[in-house]
Amino acid sequence: MLNIQDLHAKIGNKEILKGLNLSVNAGEVHAIMGPNGSGKSTLANVLAGRNGYDVTKGTVEYEGKDLLELAPEERAWAGVFLAFQYPVEIPGVNNVYLLKAAVNAVRKYRGQTELDAVEFLGLIKEKMKIVKMKEDLLNRSVNEGFSGGEKKRNEIFQMSVLEPKLAILDETDSGLDIDALKIVSEGVNSLRNEERSIILVTHYQRLLDYIKPDHVHVLSNGKIIKSGGPDLALELEEKGYDWIKEEAA
Amino acid sequence: MSTDIQNYISDFDRLKNDDWFANSRQSALNLFKDTGFPNSRLENWKYTDVRPIKKKSFSNVTEAAVSVSTEEINTIRFDGLDCIEVVFINGVFSKEHSSLDDLDNGLVVENMLDALSNDQDLLAKHLTKYADDKVSPFTALNTAFIQNGTFINVSANTVIEKPINILYLAKDSNGSLATHPRNLIVMGEGSEATVIESYIGLDDANYFTNAVTEVALSSSAILKHYKIQQESLNAYHIGNLNVMQGKDSKFESHSISLGGALVRNDIHGQLAAEGAEIIMNGLYMTGDKQHVDNHTRVDHLKPHTLSTENYRGVLNGKSRAVFNGKVIVHKDAQKIEAHQNNANLLLSDDAEIDTKPELEIYADDVKCTHGATVGQLDQNMLFYLRSRAIDEETARSLLTYAFADELISNINFAPIRNRLERLVIGQLPDAALIREFTNE
Ligand SMILES: Nc1ncnc2c1ncn2[C@@H]1O[C@H](COP(=O)(O)OP(=O)(O)OP(=O)(O)O)[C@@H](O)[C@H]1O
Ligand SMILES: [Mg+2]
Repeated sequence: MLNIQDLHAKIGNKEILKGLNLSVNAGEVHAIMGPNGSGKSTLANVLAGRNGYDVTKGTVEYEGKDLLELAPEERAWAGVFLAFQYPVEIPGVNNVYLLKAAVNAVRKYRGQTELDAVEFLGLIKEKMKIVKMKEDLLNRSVNEGFSGGEKKRNEIFQMSVLEPKLAILDETDSGLDIDALKIVSEGVNSLRNEERSIILVTHYQRLLDYIKPDHVHVLSNGKIIKSGGPDLALELEEKGYDWIKEEAA
Repeated sequence: MSTDIQNYISDFDRLKNDDWFANSRQSALNLFKDTGFPNSRLENWKYTDVRPIKKKSFSNVTEAAVSVSTEEINTIRFDGLDCIEVVFINGVFSKEHSSLDDLDNGLVVENMLDALSNDQDLLAKHLTKYADDKVSPFTALNTAFIQNGTFINVSANTVIEKPINILYLAKDSNGSLATHPRNLIVMGEGSEATVIESYIGLDDANYFTNAVTEVALSSSAILKHYKIQQESLNAYHIGNLNVMQGKDSKFESHSISLGGALVRNDIHGQLAAEGAEIIMNGLYMTGDKQHVDNHTRVDHLKPHTLSTENYRGVLNGKSRAVFNGKVIVHKDAQKIEAHQNNANLLLSDDAEIDTKPELEIYADDVKCTHGATVGQLDQNMLFYLRSRAIDEETARSLLTYAFADELISNINFAPIRNRLERLVIGQLPDAALIREFTNE
């Protein structure tokens, strides 16, 4: 599904990703953990196509395509979804209209017929239940005035409506209360299947109690320096990152 | 006297100037002869060069009568909105298309020419009293030709529910037409009304509209005023709105400027008694080589007066816009509040904006704020939308629309708001897509 090799990326003159390798198969859940500033969001952004990054070396292959060649919207059409660490507020752009346009853009790309208002509403209703999304949030401007937790929940709601093939969740658990964490996790779990891959960026083992990862990676200083199974996350929780950094050095 | 105004003098000589207002017209013309057109050495005209108007021999003489069909007018009507309508074609009142029968008690709406004979007392009291011929040569020029235009009088304590829709239409104008519409709106004590002035070019001709509107609000009167400027993209439009406000009166101005090659909109509000409030909202959207200048001025003459101004501009192509908002707080006008904001979105590298707030404060206990911003589309928002499968072009249009709509969504009168939203969408590169986005 996704194959990242020797990825180097810079912002301005600052190199942030320094030879990152990661391979994700269809149906797998990968957790990426790592110290603040190590490059986790940068990786997520580069995968989603945000501009401002210079990829100086390496390749990213997604479903046989060169992902880095595609515009952000083309990646979204092809099934890539990024749940942002800091979702932006967009005054004047309605949440539901955005979702409808997004769903239909993806359907069009897949050669499916576009959903009409009634069909779309049906879809929305069903997905709202899964993430327990409050109805009044739907008709507001995108994220405008949403609380931190509401923004995160909205990201997962969008994800469940769009049904991506590769979902990258950048610290979706940060800022969620315990109930919301459970709900969001259920939302993610409900999307799990053999065709869909999920990359979870998180600082906390707690999320991984709810969403069991197949693989856990440590990203430090722009590289994956250690990979393992779910146990690695427990070990990190207990011992922090220093021992791995030393090991890797 | 310069020769470049000879055409206007010839027009004046042809004018049937034999009523009680004849002397006023003559002295306005004399004043215009003395000053001529303003030049850019004048601070007030620094950024707007009116030489294109001066160079052309515009004339208010129309050869053949131009006919506009009802179907044509229907396309620019507010659908489903029951209005009182006053229609002018190439500056001349069209009785045929206007609907001025069966007006409510306490309401007068008539062509200025009729008002000059029917309502001499009211006109003698108000006409030319709020728009100063000495301030702008264009106003003097307009006064010299006062004939066609709309006179509205709303009696004390009368509430007019139906909006009064004034349409100034230009069509087949031969590339040399000048019109000088003159409007006067007199609002009695405690009266309420909504007036829409639209200036619309039905083709892409080059013509010159020189409009002046005067508004007098007695105590506690409320007037909502909309100006929709959709002149031909080759037309020149100079519009001057002057408002005199009594105690506790409220004036709401919504000025939407979309058309015209060279446009200047002036608004002057005088808060002449305590409790008077003025709201000025404006939106200008420009492209190609359009030049649109909005000048506003508010005089806080008395204590406890309030002004709120919000102008937004969306500039594309090689267009240029000017915003100048002047607020003058006069001596002893204590405890006033004046808020002003001008935000601009530059969609192209070649577009240009000059924005300038001007505050002159001669009182000490006042609350004034002002701000101006000039920016591009927000990259984070753009990326967010694109990451949600919206293609770049649509995302740009959508964010542009959202920016402009901040102003229009505040209009609480749905038929006008919807119409304006459609007009704004129509100005955007991906009109059809945005319409899809918002039409459900
Ligand atoms: N626009 C930018 N300009 C300069 N440096 C940047 C920019 N964006 C990110 N960085 C730097 O890149 C590094 C990696 O940032 P990134 O956001 O990817 O970290 P992260 O691993 O997601 O951290 P956190 O756990 O705090 O979210 C940091 O040192 C950050 O300061
Ligand atoms: Mg991060």
